[in-house]
Amino acid sequence: MFAHEFFRNALLAGTFIALACGLVGYFVVLRAQVFAGDALSHVAFTGALAAAAAGIDTRIGLFTATIAIALALGGIGERASSDDVTIGIVFAWILGLGVFFLALFSTGSGGGNGLLGARALFGSIFGLSAADARLAAAIGAAIIAAVLAIARPLLFASVDPGVAAVRGVPVRALGLAFLVLLGATAGEATQAVGALLLLGLLAAPAGAAHRLTANPYLALGLSGTLAVLAMWLGLAISYAVPSLPPSTAVIAIATAFYLLAFLLTIRTTARSESARRDIRPRLAEN
Amino acid sequence: MLTSALAETGPSLDPISDLNQLTAFPFMVNALEAGTIVAVMAGVVGWFMVLRRQTFAGHTLSVMAFPGATGALLIGLSAAVGYFVFSGLAALLIGAAAGVQTQRNRGQESAITGSVQAFGLACGFLFLSLYQGVLANYESLLFGSFLGITRGQVLALALVSAVTLAVLAIIGRPLLFASLDEGVARARGVPTRALSLGFLLLLGLAVAETAQITGALLVFALLVAPPATAQLITPRIGPSLVLSVILGVSITWVGLGLAYFYNYPVGFYITTVAFVVYVGVRLARAAAEHPTLLRRRVAAAEAA
Repeated sequence: MFAHEFFRNALLAGTFIALACGLVGYFVVLRAQVFAGDALSHVAFTGALAAAAAGIDTRIGLFTATIAIALALGGIGERASSDDVTIGIVFAWILGLGVFFLALFSTGSGGGNGLLGARALFGSIFGLSAADARLAAAIGAAIIAAVLAIARPLLFASVDPGVAAVRGVPVRALGLAFLVLLGATAGEATQAVGALLLLGLLAAPAGAAHRLTANPYLALGLSGTLAVLAMWLGLAISYAVPSLPPSTAVIAIATAFYLLAFLLTIRTTARSESARRDIRPRLAEN
Repeated sequence: MLTSALAETGPSLDPISDLNQLTAFPFMVNALEAGTIVAVMAGVVGWFMVLRRQTFAGHTLSVMAFPGATGALLIGLSAAVGYFVFSGLAALLIGAAAGVQTQRNRGQESAITGSVQAFGLACGFLFLSLYQGVLANYESLLFGSFLGITRGQVLALALVSAVTLAVLAIIGRPLLFASLDEGVARARGVPTRALSLGFLLLLGLAVAETAQITGALLVFALLVAPPATAQLITPRIGPSLVLSVILGVSITWVGLGLAYFYNYPVGFYITTVAFVVYVGVRLARAAAEHPTLLRRRVAAAEAA
């Protein structure tokens, strides 16, 4: 398995991408922003196709689209009127634009569009070259470092924004920075599991970690670990069963983790939820 | 594309001759009828969805149309059957998982919804790759197509819409109560949990249907934008429901008309028109509530 270069590339890029998704995902679930993550990940599709239609590197389109929309969502949110309706309408339109670029690209290139569209939507981690994988790993590492750097104040601001603001934590700036990080993660993960499936890597390991422990740092680490495990297992299974696409395998494993956590904690949910509420005073004391 | 070959000249901007041209082909008549049925139902169901802040659940249910359609193709069933089965299953899953929670926890709720969505789409991708050769066509599943809608499909859509609207008419009042103030409704003996699950199932039914016109990814345009716009215009229940339906139908007609005359996918036009209308109304409202303008209006009223 490790003798194949394509597999080593996938493993390198996949590990960093999954770790970034797991760490960012922890905060996404904590802040109840999964829908924003959904929107940003679908937007990646439009970015990739717009770049393809314009004839530039799809990655430029990916990151530009996700980060720009993240800033826009953050900007709307500052006027306190941002809600899922606004996200929904903006994101339906962005997807509509994606369809437009798909049509534009397909009339321009004459065929072959199906493949590019499918890659943007569902990922192609086994198709990464060594250079692609190294770049993806580097960007993933940067995202991981950024999340860890703001983890503590972000945690405080997410759990109790009012008290955090009083304590001098820049809640708004952190919220915006986090959305931008989320956008960058979406752009990054699109290369591995695709714009439609990366939500699974954001939501499922993090949701499982939140269920299993109320300790924030433990949960953060667990979320990252579960995401990386899902990526490794998914890649290995997909290698063993060629008809199973890698992105499907990765998401299926991540969902299975969540299901397991759900079944394990179904009785103790009430206890862990009251424990989570106890984080607040502890954070404020420090 | 077929459509551009049919509409050789583009619109003449004379409404009557344009309308004649639009309805000259049976496939276009079917598309307009199907679009109208779907828009009416989406306008009503979406109104409740927007009120209940369940857009994420709605989006998740709607993308289930993708695994539904590819799964049905794989085992040789009609795509519509797959739509309903997968959307219904997802609605049950999300509803049941949310029901197990002892307390409302928005983070966990959205994590469940997100996981269901990603897993459903992953299944869809698996079905697609197992069913070799359909790859060229996956776009219309995701992004909609108004070509090739048959009479039978129009009738089926009408039937499902009638059932959905009838059920909604029956549970409408308690649902409204439960949506506006869950705690008080529960205290008054309204079965909020059963209503919530029932509404999710209805929503699944509605999006499975809408997805056949707009595609799995663009259901939002008809389900969210018209009700959200209507609720921006008026807070009153009756008028905003009616307005939501009217907006939905108009957006669908304009979108279908544009897609007929100009050579781009119908999903693009419908989402764009819906977006423009929403932004327009929002800007108009912001302008109307702007302090300077308000002051000027008050001054004018005082002068008069």
